[in-house]
Amino acid sequence: MNNSPSPNGSPAPLVEARKLVKRFGDFTAVDGIDVEVQAGEAFGFLGPNGAGKSSTMRMVGAVSPPTDGELKVLGLDPVRDGPQIRARLGVVGQDNALDEQLTVGDNLAIYGRYFDLPRSVIRERIDELLDFVQLKERRDSKVDPLSGGMKRRLVIARSLINDPDMVLLDEPTTGLDPQARHALWERLYGLKQRGVTLILTTHYMDEAEQLCDRLVVMDQGRIVAEGAPSQLIATHASREVIELRFPPGEQVNALPKLDGLGEHVEELPDRVLISSNDAEAVVREVHTRGLEPATVLIRRSTLEDVFLRLTGRTLID
Amino acid sequence: MATPIAVRVLEGHLREYRHTWRGTTISSIATPVLFLAAMGLGLGALVDGGRGVDPAGDITYLAWLAPGLLAVSAMQAGAGDGAFPVMAGLQWIRTYHAVVATPVRPGDLLIGNLIWATIRLTVVGAVFVGVAVAFGAMALGPGLAALAPAVLTGIATCAAVSAFMATRKSDLAMSGLFRFVIVPLFLFSGAFFPLSELPAMVEPVARLNPVWHGVELTRGVALDVPTALHWAIHAGVLSTVFVVGTFLGSIAFARVLRA
Repeated sequence: MNNSPSPNGSPAPLVEARKLVKRFGDFTAVDGIDVEVQAGEAFGFLGPNGAGKSSTMRMVGAVSPPTDGELKVLGLDPVRDGPQIRARLGVVGQDNALDEQLTVGDNLAIYGRYFDLPRSVIRERIDELLDFVQLKERRDSKVDPLSGGMKRRLVIARSLINDPDMVLLDEPTTGLDPQARHALWERLYGLKQRGVTLILTTHYMDEAEQLCDRLVVMDQGRIVAEGAPSQLIATHASREVIELRFPPGEQVNALPKLDGLGEHVEELPDRVLISSNDAEAVVREVHTRGLEPATVLIRRSTLEDVFLRLTGRTLID
Repeated sequence: MATPIAVRVLEGHLREYRHTWRGTTISSIATPVLFLAAMGLGLGALVDGGRGVDPAGDITYLAWLAPGLLAVSAMQAGAGDGAFPVMAGLQWIRTYHAVVATPVRPGDLLIGNLIWATIRLTVVGAVFVGVAVAFGAMALGPGLAALAPAVLTGIATCAAVSAFMATRKSDLAMSGLFRFVIVPLFLFSGAFFPLSELPAMVEPVARLNPVWHGVELTRGVALDVPTALHWAIHAGVLSTVFVVGTFLGSIAFARVLRA
């Protein structure tokens, strides 16, 4: 890690953003956010599509210049020192952007040369990385026939070819089936264990919960909450959530009778969520009030509930 | 010492070429064979039996056509290299977006592409010259010398087409470009007939075609030695297209990749 300590002795953050803004014409994608990411952290941006996560990632990746505010990445200025910063970053973009006509190995080799790595180093790293992402047997096969999960793992291998100080992952598992997603999480968890700093965006709360030490919740270009996943849940949601589903058409009549139950009642198109620290009591009270929901589910609170509580909307529409 | 960044981009193209060289080499041999046989020999018999392309009667249609074809095929190959890979890299597969997440900058990417186009056009052009020599349509020495202006025609087109395609989002623009720009420039380039055969009102318009400058210079080098003035005018026009195309192209690349 080339991270130099700041004068007060604590290591300088890898990413330091103050009042960071990104505008495209009249549209403000990122609206004055403050973010700090420390070395070794797994840091997440959680939010729905259009929250400004990807625009933030592109600024941190030194490919998109900030419109306003301050940004330092690896202690450098991304506008002035773009190539030096990018030389030390690994990037997994939303698109795989693989050359599908080439082999798995050649995709990595070409990418390694963009960093001007010596060919011998590239050869060694390809072996090691394909081993890490479990694609060793696929080294000489073309990319085209690989499954979605395999391609995504190859993109992760590609992002590591330059042995980066920090890896940026923009929606790493979007579009993958649950099995492929878990395989990918496992690899990302492995990276985290090795001490690689990870920054990821996601609109999946389970992904954020699994991988992030700390995260910010973004909505409409702003940060609406910040903290460790458990801490966010503790602060912004109650311990448990009761999900009530009513037979079609009955939810609208049941709603007034739920008034005052638990700490908070949230109506969704297909169900009603009641947050509470004593779910059993709430369920008893629902029945006492003469309501007969079709299903009753008690679960612990998740980041999804945090988001819903903060914005009144769900993460995935 | 660090490898110049555009050269790293070029290396990527070379590695890709290892997989594609067979197909492209076959088509780069087949195309001139077909054109020289059909137009040079077939149409040529008709032309040479009539008024001919050379008042003195020394130059056959085949010999006159060959350098023109060399220039326009370089132009078409350049247009292809400026269109498909750029559209794929920026919009379809978005490989360029992954490339510029490394120390490579958008301008390096374009320049690497153009260096690669220069190499590829030189190889394809040399194959063409070989075929033309076998047909008796060209002498080897002047034919090889004519590669330089033909390649310049090709990379000027490649730079201009790259710049244009980088401003487009959909592939509709690409078919439009070929149908309404590249094909007319190809037909009215003076490769197949002298522009002086056109009606007096159309001829000056056709002479504005930059590809005509490429055809004139390539033909001049293949059949005769052009004067310094000829060189200056024709090469000047082509170089201007190349430089302006490259300049606008790097702006257009940065606009997409650094938004």
